[in-house]
Amino acid sequence: MTDQASIRAEGLTKRYGDTIALAGIDLEVPAGSILAVLGPNGAGKTTAVRILTTLTTPDSGRAWVAGHDVVREAAAVQRNIGVTAQDATVDGLLTGRQNLVMVGRLSGLRRADARRRASELLEQFDLTDAADRVLTGYSGGMRRRLDLAAGLVTRPPVLFLDEPTTGLDPTSRVRMWAVIRLLVSEGVTLLLTTQYLDEADELADRIVVVDHGRIIADGTSSELKSETGGARLEIQLSEPAEAAPTALAPFVSGPVHVSRDGRRLRAPVRSATGLATTVVRALDQAGIAVDDVEVHQPSLDDVFFALTGHPSTEADNDAGDAPETEAGPDRPLAASTGVRS
Amino acid sequence: MTVATLAPEAALPRAPGVVRKGLDVVVLTGRNIVHIVREPLQLSDVTVQPVLFTLLFVYVFGAGVVLPRGGTYADFAIAGLLALNLTTSSMGTAVGLSTDLNTGVIDRFRTLPMWRPAVLVARSLADLSTAVVCAAIVAVTGLVVGWRPGGSFLATLAGFGIFLLFSYALSWGCACLGMISKGPESAQGVGLVILFPLAIVSNALVPTQRMPPVLRTVANWNPVSAVASAARNLWHNPNPSASIQTWPMQHPILASLAWSFLLIAIFAPLATLLYRRRTAN
Repeated sequence: MTDQASIRAEGLTKRYGDTIALAGIDLEVPAGSILAVLGPNGAGKTTAVRILTTLTTPDSGRAWVAGHDVVREAAAVQRNIGVTAQDATVDGLLTGRQNLVMVGRLSGLRRADARRRASELLEQFDLTDAADRVLTGYSGGMRRRLDLAAGLVTRPPVLFLDEPTTGLDPTSRVRMWAVIRLLVSEGVTLLLTTQYLDEADELADRIVVVDHGRIIADGTSSELKSETGGARLEIQLSEPAEAAPTALAPFVSGPVHVSRDGRRLRAPVRSATGLATTVVRALDQAGIAVDDVEVHQPSLDDVFFALTGHPSTEADNDAGDAPETEAGPDRPLAASTGVRS
Repeated sequence: MTVATLAPEAALPRAPGVVRKGLDVVVLTGRNIVHIVREPLQLSDVTVQPVLFTLLFVYVFGAGVVLPRGGTYADFAIAGLLALNLTTSSMGTAVGLSTDLNTGVIDRFRTLPMWRPAVLVARSLADLSTAVVCAAIVAVTGLVVGWRPGGSFLATLAGFGIFLLFSYALSWGCACLGMISKGPESAQGVGLVILFPLAIVSNALVPTQRMPPVLRTVANWNPVSAVASAARNLWHNPNPSASIQTWPMQHPILASLAWSFLLIAIFAPLATLLYRRRTAN
C-alpha cells in the first residue's frame, strides 16, 4: 500500500462533541522527509498526531504509517513509531534512566539491551549527569529532551513530534532543533507539529498549514512564501490617520491591516527599490506623519496571515474549543519561558 | 550533543505472547512499586494507619466490648483490623490509577507495542504487594498487643491468604472507581464513602448480635464479615458469628472465596472495558 517508512492519511475527520477537530485531512510524508504541520492552538494538529500514533481513532478516513493501517494494524504501527507528545509523557516519579529502560522493556527489548540503549541516549541528549535523578528535579528543557529520547529508544523509522519546543526557552529551543536536524540527517521520517512559523521554516522539507481542522495550504517553505506575493510593509504612524490606507493603496498588493490603536499599518507589497522612500513621501503628501517604516521580506508569518486573514500569533479565541488547547494563548514568536504543565 | 546512528529497527526482538505479556506486567509492577516507595504519603495508609488503628481499637474499644462467647478482644480484633485496613487501603488502587490517567504517561504506554491490560494487572499486583506489607504490620502489632493465632502454621498462612485474595479482588473494584473518577482526589473521596461503611458494617470490630435487625442482616452477608470469620476460624480466635445461622457465617471460608472470585469476575473485565473507554480519545 505505502512505503515502509512513510506516513499517509486520507480524509481524516474527528469530532469531540460539537467541536470538529478534524474536518477532512489528507497527508503524505514520503520516507526520509520532514513534514511540518503548522497551525494555531486548536487547529487540529494534536488530533491528527493522536490518530496517526494509534492513540485515537478517526471518525472517518484512513491512515497508514510505515505501511500499516493505524486502526487495523495498530500494534504493527506501534513497533515502527517514536512519539513525543505535547504533554510530557515521561514518568515524573522515576529517574531519567528508569524512564528510558522502562520504555525499552515495554517495547520488547531485553533488560541488558534496554539499559545499554538508555545510557546511550542519556549521553546523546546531555542527560548523563541527571540520569539517576528523579524527574521532579528536571528543568523543562531536560524533560523535553528525555521525552524525545523516550521516543527514540527502539530507533523507530517514523517519528512524531507534537510541538516539541512549545514552552521552551530560546536556548533549549535551538538545542532541540539541533537534535531534530541530526535525527533527520540519519534518514528518519518525521512529522512535526508546531505553532512556530520559524520552526517549520527551519526544519521541514514541506509544510502544511492547518486551521480549524482543515489544510489551508501545502507546499515547500519557498512555495508558501511566494503565495503571499512578496514582501510586507509595516508602518508606524505618529497619529492614527483614516486616510492612510487610501494613501497606501497604489503601493500595496492586498488589504491594509490597521491595528486597534490605528497607528500601526500592515500590508503585503511587491518589493521594489526605494519602496520605503516612496511610501513615506506619499504619506507625507497626504499630511500623515510617519514614525517608522519597515519592509519585511516574506516570512511564514505572512503566509499564515495571507491564508487565514489573522496572524497566527494572535490565535484569537478559537483556542477555547478543541481538546488540545490550553488556557491562555501562547505567543509563539515571543520568547516564552517555563514549561506547560 | 550527537545522535548516533538511527538505523530503522522495525523488527524488534519479540518474545512469545504469554511471556511478553508477563514481562510487561513485571516491568510496570516494578514501576508502580517505585512510585509507592517514593510517595511516603501513599504508603502511610499501609504503615502508620494499621499500627494506629490496631492500638486504638484494642485499647479503647477493647475495654468496652464483651464477646458473647468469651475470649480477649485482641484475639478477636486482629482479624477484623486486617479486614478494615486492607479494605480501606485498597483505595490506593483507585487513587494510583486515577493519578496515572491524569498524566501523559498512559499515552506513552499506549503508543508502545505492549499488552494494554498490563497497566491494570500491574497496578493490582503492586497494590497486592502493599497489602502484604499492611498485613505484616497488623500482624506484628497484633502479636505485640497480645494476639495469638492458635491454628497450625499452614492454617495461619491460609488465613492471611484469604485476606490477600479478598484485598486483591477489592482492588479491581477500586480500579473501576479510579477509572470513572475525574481525579485522584475525587477517587479518594468516593472510595472512602464506599469502603469505610463496607468495613465497619460487619463483624470486623464488634460482634453483630446486638446490631439493629437491618444492619445485622447486611453485616452477616457482608463479604468483609465472611473474610474476618474465615480467618478467626483458621486462627482459632474467638468468632462470635459462628453461631449465626446464615450461609456465609456457617461457611465463612467458602463464602470468602466465592465473594472474592465473584468480585474479580465482575470487576476485572469491567475495569478493562472502562480503561479502554477512558483512554479511547
